[in-house]
Amino acid sequence: MTARDKNSELFTRQYTGREAMVEHYSDEKIKELETTARLIRRHIIQMIFDAGSGHPGGSLSATDVMVALYFDIMEHNPDDIKWPDRDRFVLSKGHAAPALYACLAETGYFPVEELKTLRLIGSRLQGHPDMRKTPGVEASTGSEGQGLSMGLGMALAGKLDNKEYITYVMVGDGELNCGQCWEAAMSAAFFKADNLVAIVDRNKLQLDGPTNQIMSIEPLADKWKAFGWDVIEINGHSFPELLDALHKAKETKGIPTVIIADTVKGKGVSFMEGQVGFHGKCPSEEEYNQAMAELGGI
Amino acid sequence: MTKIKWPVEPQRPAFARALVALGNTHKDVVVASADVSTSTMTGVFAKHFPERHYNFGIAEQNMISACAGLATTGKVVYASTFAIFGTGRVYDQIRQSVCYPRLNVKLVVTHAGITVGGDGATHQMIEDIALMRALPNMTVIVPADAPETEKAVLAAADHEGPVYIRLGRANVPVCTTSEECQDFEIGKATTMREGSDVTLVGTGIMVAKCIEAAEELEKHNVSARVINLSTIKPLDKRTLIKAARETGAIVTAEEHSVVTGMGAAVALVLAENAHVPMKRVGIPDSFGESGSSDELMQKYGLTVDDIVDGAHDVLKRKK
Ligand SMILES: Cc1ncc(C[n+]2csc(CCOP(=O)(O)OP(=O)(O)O)c2C)c(N)n1
Ligand SMILES: [Mg+2]
Repeated sequence: MTARDKNSELFTRQYTGREAMVEHYSDEKIKELETTARLIRRHIIQMIFDAGSGHPGGSLSATDVMVALYFDIMEHNPDDIKWPDRDRFVLSKGHAAPALYACLAETGYFPVEELKTLRLIGSRLQGHPDMRKTPGVEASTGSEGQGLSMGLGMALAGKLDNKEYITYVMVGDGELNCGQCWEAAMSAAFFKADNLVAIVDRNKLQLDGPTNQIMSIEPLADKWKAFGWDVIEINGHSFPELLDALHKAKETKGIPTVIIADTVKGKGVSFMEGQVGFHGKCPSEEEYNQAMAELGGI
Repeated sequence: MTKIKWPVEPQRPAFARALVALGNTHKDVVVASADVSTSTMTGVFAKHFPERHYNFGIAEQNMISACAGLATTGKVVYASTFAIFGTGRVYDQIRQSVCYPRLNVKLVVTHAGITVGGDGATHQMIEDIALMRALPNMTVIVPADAPETEKAVLAAADHEGPVYIRLGRANVPVCTTSEECQDFEIGKATTMREGSDVTLVGTGIMVAKCIEAAEELEKHNVSARVINLSTIKPLDKRTLIKAARETGAIVTAEEHSVVTGMGAAVALVLAENAHVPMKRVGIPDSFGESGSSDELMQKYGLTVDDIVDGAHDVLKRKK
């Protein structure tokens, strides 16, 4: 039994093929993931409120994707963080670090208590992900545009070593303005990195405003197709769709897959949804209370 | 003026030899290129180990970050391109993807400095030492010749963390054949010649010129010590401070901008530890231009005479 097989036992699923997917995930399982996502969102608001700064909008839009990955799709082992066969997740849009930290804490990489230390002096939880400080963080990111390349490197190493792990990279839609993303896209297809999966958090907002007004990236699916990728477009807040797409991405051979996850920036907190103003703004106490109340149904 | 008859050898084949040797001894070594593998000679490694070589095309940013990704899995990654495209163009990728997470990426650049010649200023990287030595976790090495290149490239493989190795394009005098040069160690300067009146500190292709300058000075009854400072970061402070105290005057020589290069690094150490008259020989605060290597070295003040003049200058200021 390989280490990978052993690990799989920890996260047993009986996936039997793409068609079976939506049926296989029971309503209870989907409910469970939704509940987890609400918990993660509460952590995000709490952490940013405690820290007094951070990026709620892009953390909340990315939450469901990360929950699907960390709580179901990925094979990883918080008790053996250097396990060579683990699936990898690179948060290229590093400013969504609170969502990542919450997922890592809730899957057991470090105590949930520690989430309180976000952005504090001496903390392992830096404002942007630091692979040397935080257990479970696979890549140091924060300067947008570099994560897909890093993920590509991990995927190439996987191929070279005949490993089965998959590398998932989440990129922002604004981030796709960066030329380096498209350098990575071009080369990933060229290198046939079918063990690389990109997920675009398509929340249609960047820092200064809507992506179609600041720097449009449309036609987005056509761009990825033209670069040689398999493209799946889904609702990035629907777990059945997310799980289905992520399973399909795993099965795709010969070319890399991109999942364009249609999302809402600030998802889950009514007054943050679709609001560019909450890209990098800490909620006031009143806003914090309302946000926590809205997310309270755990 | 006496001219030493040095055998000459380019550094790039030595780099290629070292890579192939590493390919055989280190199974985790992989190599990345950016459409100049023919010129950097990483193509030689690619011929021997095609599955362990990646050509990223003209996409240096992607190359550097992908190398970081490869390194996270335990690979020892040699990335190579021209100095001009492997530093300034990708400074942020080196900073964020490689140095901050302290990953095992060895950046070996070729065609550094003004001796690139005819291609002109757009291709003459003369501020890379400044950029690279500013980065935490980075080690900066400028080998003096081909044999030292081979040693540095090999040593980098067993050094934990990012390394920058700066190579030139042209033929370089082979000057590190003597006994004391045989044990190359990252971070250790080599005293190539003893002397008591002044110390000439050279790096890269200027080391041979420092030795020639020392011979010239000897004719004027000046005893010049020569130090090969091949590692610019971390600096061998002890050797430098000792030389300053014992000889009382320092001349540095580098094929790089004097503004923030090796000479500047040495000056900072001496200013805080052993304040002696000092002269930095190097490229003045300007861009280069097209011309032959020799013409450019002449025009931008990188000759043996410039070093000799520098020595006389500091000797005058020495009380
Ligand atoms: C290279 C770079 N330029 C600018 C920034 C500052 N910045 C941080 S987030 C952001 C907008 C990101 O938009 P997007 O990628 O769509 O992220 P999301 O909407 O998911 O938060 C900007 C410009 C950065 N981090 N990196
Ligand atoms: Mg966005």
